[in-house]
Amino acid sequence: MRNAFADEIIKLAEADKRIVLLMGDIGNRLFDKFRALYPDRFHNCGVAEGNMVSMAAGMASCGLRPVCYTITPFVTYRVMEQIRLDLCYHRQPVVVVGTGAGLSYASLGATHHSLEDIGMLRLLPHLKVTCPGDAMELRAVLREALRQDDPVYMRIGKKGEPVVHAEVPALKLGEALPMRESGRIALLSVGNMLPTALEAADALSARGHEARVYSFHTIKPLDTGLLARLGETCDLLVTLEEHSAIGGLGSAVAEWMADARLQKQPRLLRCGTPDEFLHQAGEQEFVRHLFGLDSASITERVLKHL
Amino acid sequence: MTTFPLDFDSLPALAARARADAIGMSHRVGSAHLASALSCIDILAAAYGAVLKIDPRDPKNPNRDRLVLSKGHAVSALYAVLARSGFFSPEELHQFNVDGGHLPEQPSPGCAPGVEWATGSLGHGLNVGIGMALAAKIQGLDYRTFVVLSDGECNEGTTWEGAMFAPSKGLNRLTVAVDYNKWQATGRSEEILALKPLAKKWEAFGWDTVEVDGHDLPSLVRELSAIHPEKPRAIIAHTIKGKGVSFMEDDNNWHYRSPSAEEVIRAEKELGII
Repeated sequence: MRNAFADEIIKLAEADKRIVLLMGDIGNRLFDKFRALYPDRFHNCGVAEGNMVSMAAGMASCGLRPVCYTITPFVTYRVMEQIRLDLCYHRQPVVVVGTGAGLSYASLGATHHSLEDIGMLRLLPHLKVTCPGDAMELRAVLREALRQDDPVYMRIGKKGEPVVHAEVPALKLGEALPMRESGRIALLSVGNMLPTALEAADALSARGHEARVYSFHTIKPLDTGLLARLGETCDLLVTLEEHSAIGGLGSAVAEWMADARLQKQPRLLRCGTPDEFLHQAGEQEFVRHLFGLDSASITERVLKHL
Repeated sequence: MTTFPLDFDSLPALAARARADAIGMSHRVGSAHLASALSCIDILAAAYGAVLKIDPRDPKNPNRDRLVLSKGHAVSALYAVLARSGFFSPEELHQFNVDGGHLPEQPSPGCAPGVEWATGSLGHGLNVGIGMALAAKIQGLDYRTFVVLSDGECNEGTTWEGAMFAPSKGLNRLTVAVDYNKWQATGRSEEILALKPLAKKWEAFGWDTVEVDGHDLPSLVRELSAIHPEKPRAIIAHTIKGKGVSFMEDDNNWHYRSPSAEEVIRAEKELGII
């Protein structure tokens, strides 16, 4: 996904001279082309993320469209107050991009995991929280993010994830993308869980249960229109996210259900990571399996809930 | 600009009037941080009265000079100086910290013309100001950016992140004034953290650094006006917390206290307002 980001931001910066790329000393050679094309609009802000985010707010207040890019924990947890005050309170149109989100950097340990970022950031007024599902969705979400008048958080993976969409999909922030639309089970996928969600849907189909699949590239604002329709037609909603079961899409859907006064309440299964830090070595696929976030584990959990 | 605003024919008159305003505001609503406001009022009076290129009737002009008061707890000083410089009516100062009023005890975004940023959490203003200064460079505009920091704020790590960043980009149209009154909330700023040598720290970080008497208006105007050809400028303004009122000066109780009606009269007499 990060290569798609580096490529797409060049195209967008060519068309919109207000776009400035700020990064926190990561992405070896990733932005060489951007830097060569737009040296005045590329700034390596060093390992100083607080300065980077507040500075972006100041630049946005002067009419620019800054994009802040670094590894997710450092552009979310570390700078929570800069996002809250300088971006959200002032409603400055800055795009904050967290790369290597979720368990993308599983092997680097909990310092580099981001399993609480969605929960923290969706608390903030005026901030849109987005999690594109593949490199194609990323391009579409980035284009939309740079059209907003408010700050946007974009949570992306690393490199080499499967590309699901054949082309860049047409989408709107706040409206989930339908991938499969038949069945009484709905798999609601966040970000890079999308290929896994589709695999799980295939496995369920092979066991005689058709499942819908939606890519929730936006968690806030929540697509409550879709949820209301699914509430009428589905027996089970399943949220899938490389994020704590506390605070992410699963929580957002549960909160919505608690208030929605549905005629018929579907059951809700939240698949996320446990309320714990990881204390062992392992790559992303290993840790996903450990946490029950691989397609086989998800399929079994869904079958038990039918 | 060297024209003085409204009916003030001198910077001392503007500063004295603004001090009286801040004292009255603190008295009316019982608000804290009066001594912090009195500490930086001369810096603000010099800036708005004689240095900043900003038209109070056009406070959103994209090429205006910008001033970020990073020590948001002292915003009564800024409200007073702005009101007395023609940005809004001095009558509006009665909106300060009253229920439903539009001038909060620490500023909110866009609460009044001329207030550039909602500060109050320390360690943001310099970084926001750096963004404004870098935006000018990117857009080919020649406005200047000024940031007023407190000495306590130099405790914040983000202040030093910004202090390293600005010289790396040659942001010579950025000027920081540190209101160095030697106090922070609960004690001497020299003792709480190792702040000394403050001027040498800024100089070592690559700033064109000068020390000045922060209540000497001609010196403040001179140093705020100067621009280094390459480096951002740091003015270490030696100030007295509570300056201008004998019984408040250098007494940190006035970080918290608000004056009684009788104390307001005594203060106004000392300031030559009545």
